[in-house]
Amino acid sequence: MKKLILDLILKKNIRLNEQVYLLIFSSEKGLPEILPGQFAQVKINDSPATFLRRPFSVNFVDYENNELWLLIQVVGAGTLKLSETSPGASVNMILPLGNSFSFPDEKKDEKILLIGGGSGIAPLLFFGSWLFDAGFSPEFLIGARSSIHLVEVDEFKKYGNVYITTEDGTEGEKGFVTDHSILKKRNYDRIYSCGPTPMMKAVGAYAENNNIFCEVSLENTMGCGIGACLCCVTDTTQGRVCVCTEGTVFNIEKLKW
Amino acid sequence: MVDLKVDVGKLHLKNPVMTASGTFGYGMEYSDFIDISRIGGIIVKGTTLRKREGNPYPRMKETASGMLNAVGLQNKGVDHFIEHIYPQLTNVDTNIIVNVSGSTIEEYVETAEKLNILEKIPAIELNISCPNVKEGGMLFGTSCTAAKEVVAKVRRAYKNVLIVKLSPNVTNISEIAQAVEEAGADAISLINTVLGMAIDAETRKPCLSTVTGGLSGPAIKPLALRMVWETARDVKIPVIGIGGIMNAADAIEFMLAGASAVQVGTANFIDPTVTIKIIEGIEDYLNRHGYTSVSDIVGALET
Ligand SMILES: Cc1cc2nc3c(=O)[nH]c(=O)nc-3n(C[C@H](O)[C@H](O)[C@H](O)COP(=O)(O)OP(=O)(O)OC[C@H]3O[C@@H](n4cnc5c(N)ncnc54)[C@H](O)[C@@H]3O)c2cc1C
Ligand SMILES: Cc1cc2nc3c(=O)[nH]c(=O)nc-3n(C[C@H](O)[C@H](O)[C@H](O)COP(=O)(O)O)c2cc1C
Ligand code: FES
Repeated sequence: MKKLILDLILKKNIRLNEQVYLLIFSSEKGLPEILPGQFAQVKINDSPATFLRRPFSVNFVDYENNELWLLIQVVGAGTLKLSETSPGASVNMILPLGNSFSFPDEKKDEKILLIGGGSGIAPLLFFGSWLFDAGFSPEFLIGARSSIHLVEVDEFKKYGNVYITTEDGTEGEKGFVTDHSILKKRNYDRIYSCGPTPMMKAVGAYAENNNIFCEVSLENTMGCGIGACLCCVTDTTQGRVCVCTEGTVFNIEKLKW
Repeated sequence: MVDLKVDVGKLHLKNPVMTASGTFGYGMEYSDFIDISRIGGIIVKGTTLRKREGNPYPRMKETASGMLNAVGLQNKGVDHFIEHIYPQLTNVDTNIIVNVSGSTIEEYVETAEKLNILEKIPAIELNISCPNVKEGGMLFGTSCTAAKEVVAKVRRAYKNVLIVKLSPNVTNISEIAQAVEEAGADAISLINTVLGMAIDAETRKPCLSTVTGGLSGPAIKPLALRMVWETARDVKIPVIGIGGIMNAADAIEFMLAGASAVQVGTANFIDPTVTIKIIEGIEDYLNRHGYTSVSDIVGALET
């Protein structure tokens, strides 16, 4: 897929909670084809403390309304600056980058679970919408520290059942995603996950023990996002590879974590 | 129309802007964004005799106005380059230059010999300045005797243009540059990254798996500029300026300090089209100042 450098215009900046913002962009030139799981390298305007671009998953694409969504969790100077962007401002992005979640076969009755935590839920909304539009019935399992950290739950509900765990029990079942009772009740055929590494490792271990197809989308520190700097490596059965080009989505069978 | 052509020894460049090794992949990584044949020269990834896995993760940390990297020369080896990558590059209409590294003198020589026979590779850049490998690399670039020995041996084995890339991690850059010139280098490029370090206070751990790494980006530009200026005064062979070049003004500063050409590195990560902007910016500068040729500004610093 051809990578583009685009200036997108911020349409809406919606604060979802203390630290999380939903930024909705539009493109004057129209949006390119983007696959679920792909990300953008975003240039942060006027942030002297932020030298390199910052990677963010595409949270949702709405071609009809010419919208591209990014879900931003503020963790440092770059994300803070981005969260302060006002509607009308232009933001430069390189996209679409990375591979994508692999699409299930034609069997529409496959039981598919998308497991997300933290800002890792971002690409799962886009993927869930794709699966739904293609006639699948995806389900979602979302983990958060506490109910106030849960975002976009209503968006996810548009595309399938949503199960929730919170570490303090303020919503859904108490515990981590891998503690949720649905995993004991239903036999999923496919699991896709994105979130903090310890969460994805636990999900991967569950999938492996139960012989379930499982893909995870890895995070990494990225210099370029286009395969030029070799800064973003992870160890796989095929050697040390770049997460930004060979991933970010990997089948757990390939990973040596 | 101004003339952007420059010669670096026997190497003819259509313009003085090249890309720095390790920051531009093999060029193809950027072809979605720009016509890479417009660039004066593409220095491809650091290449070694045998495949190298590079250093473990984490390998990168952003720092004030720059970044630290500890990639450690990850590449699939020179034979893989010749068999699989070179054929894809032969129709790119610009200079493709291979950056060569090694742990021993024999490795440098053997790699250079293998590249010698490639028709479309007009030059190699000998990297005696990589701070991210345990053996070799920078060790050759921080001692005059070692630098002289490796350059002289490669010179005997390599017939095309031999560029030697220097490390800034020395007290006297001119001394090393002169040693390399005596040993038969056709040109000198500098600087490679500056040895640096970053710590995460919260975890009390170093940010890079290798503890130390190479600093690049605008943070190192003043240092690079000074070293290029010192070197260009003290050697007769052409000097290629590298270090923190983000725009045309930066590139012009290096040329005024004495660089015949420049290489752009880290800036490509932030703006993959930056090389083209720099070429156009240099042309605009020459027009504005009434120069007819880019070589007119080389060493034109008025002190
Ligand atoms: C492919 C990919 C997709 C991503 N998608 C999203 C997304 O959709 N939404 C979102 O909010 N974030 C996402 N991230 C994480 C996001 O890129 C980082 O949070 C951001 O770069 C931090 O920038 P900063 O300047 O605010 O923080 P910095 O000042 O750079 O760092 C602040 C703190 O955050 C940590 N940090 C920095 N970068 C990362 C990282 N890549 N991963 C984990 N911790 C990091 C640092 O160690 C530091 O402790 C994604 C990362 C990757 C690699
Ligand atoms: C990620 C990265 C990888 C690099 N790899 C190499 C390499 O393989 N060989 C080499 O000679 N220099 C390497 N360098 C150094 C650059 O070529 C250049 O000398 C340095 O980054 C300074 O220029 P800049 O500030 O424009 O980036 C690397 C630099 C970076 C940032
Ligand atoms: S971030 Fe540069 S190669 Fe992946």
